[in-house]
Amino acid sequence: MFELLGIPPQALFGQLLIGLINGAFYAMLSLGLAVIFGLLNIINFTHGAQYMMGAFVAWFLLNSALGLNYWWALLIAPIVVGITGIVIERLLLKRIYKLDHLYGLLLTFGLALVIEGLFRNYYGSTGLPYSIPPQLAGGHNLGFMFLPNYRAWVIVFSLAVCLGTWFVIERTSLGATLRAATENPTLVQAFGINVPRLITVTYGFGVGLAALAGVLAAPIYQVSPLMGSQIIIVVFAVVVIGGMGSIMGAIVSGFGLGVIEGLTKVFYPEASNTVIFVIMAIVLLVRPAGLFGRAR
Amino acid sequence: MTNGTAKLGTWAGAALLAVAIVLPFVVYPVFVMKALCFALFACAFNLLIGYVGLLSFGHAAYFGIGSYVTAYTVKAWALPPELGILLGTAVAALLGVVFGWLAIRRSGIYFAMVTLALAQMVYFYALQSPWTGGEDGIQAVPRGHLLGIFDLNEPLVMYFFVLGIFLLGFFIIHRTIHSPFGNVLKAIRENEPRAISLGYKTDQYKLLAFVLSAALSGLAGSTKSLVFQLASLTDVYWTMSGEVVLMTLVGGLGTVFGPVVGAFIVITMENYLARYGSWVTVIQGIVFVLCVLAFRRGVVGEIIAFVQRRTVRAPGAATPAHAPGE
Repeated sequence: MFELLGIPPQALFGQLLIGLINGAFYAMLSLGLAVIFGLLNIINFTHGAQYMMGAFVAWFLLNSALGLNYWWALLIAPIVVGITGIVIERLLLKRIYKLDHLYGLLLTFGLALVIEGLFRNYYGSTGLPYSIPPQLAGGHNLGFMFLPNYRAWVIVFSLAVCLGTWFVIERTSLGATLRAATENPTLVQAFGINVPRLITVTYGFGVGLAALAGVLAAPIYQVSPLMGSQIIIVVFAVVVIGGMGSIMGAIVSGFGLGVIEGLTKVFYPEASNTVIFVIMAIVLLVRPAGLFGRAR
Repeated sequence: MTNGTAKLGTWAGAALLAVAIVLPFVVYPVFVMKALCFALFACAFNLLIGYVGLLSFGHAAYFGIGSYVTAYTVKAWALPPELGILLGTAVAALLGVVFGWLAIRRSGIYFAMVTLALAQMVYFYALQSPWTGGEDGIQAVPRGHLLGIFDLNEPLVMYFFVLGIFLLGFFIIHRTIHSPFGNVLKAIRENEPRAISLGYKTDQYKLLAFVLSAALSGLAGSTKSLVFQLASLTDVYWTMSGEVVLMTLVGGLGTVFGPVVGAFIVITMENYLARYGSWVTVIQGIVFVLCVLAFRRGVVGEIIAFVQRRTVRAPGAATPAHAPGE
């Protein structure tokens, strides 16, 4: 067995894999934040809570009378949570579009507190287990490391979702409308496109992405009311590093930072919690607009 | 500010001071001291959001580091309380220099996210460092003797010490707002490009305001650690940053007394709701949503608006309606 820089390869590749998994969640969440911010000009602080709701919907479906499994959850959870997002947008968010952007942050922060508080009230702070679907149990020995099937699935699936989103936004006519509405909503509305409805659907979609990430995360981490607030601050840092200018930027910086975090866990574990924040500080010094952002 | 509101401000200040002197004889002093610490914290926070227009979502970092440094130096080095508080404030100010220097490169929403992320670093630092005591925090912090004379273990002595610190901090903020420096800050809030074109180095002004706000937040945290004889992870967690935003929002962003009123309201609310556990978070969230949707001026902001309407409407009033923009 060879060693790399004094680190056994199992540990190195194991952490690299965990990094990629975390990166997948960062990418999906920051992608949703970027899409929402583009059209609504709101930083959706509720995003973490909605990610947590996705995991909880999966858990409910499995433990309800219906006993719907993981694959159903993958389909149903984003739709259910997306609909709650649409209700939130119609009832609350649409009232504050004309105000300073900061009010959007405060409003969604309040909503995040409400949702997290409610779930914590009924389910406490400890995690609820959610088992890996039997089709994806087990794993493969690649020689240099053991690759659990479920983890490989998460990486492949989330990559496909991210690239699919990128394709829709950058390469289809629907995406062109969306980008146009981001640039100049008034003009797009003058062309007869229902911009308010576009905004509603976009918010629902971004929220659905968060919920989808939550379902993917459920078998890896436990389903816990606190899982959202733990990840959302890191995702904010990812967004600051990547800049919210480009969709591809959100995907690349999400995965990239996940990997860097994983590697830090191997070489300097004490800093693994903070490495993304340190990188954020460095990026602010060198390129304040973010790596892929446009200076404004 | 119109004449009417200025007069109202003076009266309200005098009334509040009178209440503050009587209060410890009526209510549990520790409760009032807690509220005073948070009132100072909220005033310091308000200096940034209300007068420079920067929403910091990471003020727990300065509050918490002040709390930890004071608790540690007073307990482990046996420093007198006044030196402990000074050190806590100084470290918070230093942290404010570093974080402020980084954060003012962005504004608006990004500024909020950057400050939140930087503050989370301090949280992880406090969680992992040996001297902060991890999950336990620093407990049983001795209050000691102020200047070697006044025994701070006496509740009333401690109370008037805390009141003195609060008034000092409040006075500093008041002077800052009403100085030429404060007017430049307001100019930056209203129109930063214009302030730049007038020749002001706005980044320096913003950084100085940030450091001042961080230092006073540290002062509040330091004092709090002596009041409760405890520094813990709650002080540096992001929920604390959210709480100070809530206090300022409830009281009224950009008003002088708003944060004080807001702090008392929120602390009282938490005090009565404490036995309901997680419902406190839910109710805080609902208050946030209601404030943003329907009550953006806050309690004090509404009072000021009410008085201004009255002054304008009153026939033959001594002060004529003022030109907009004053």
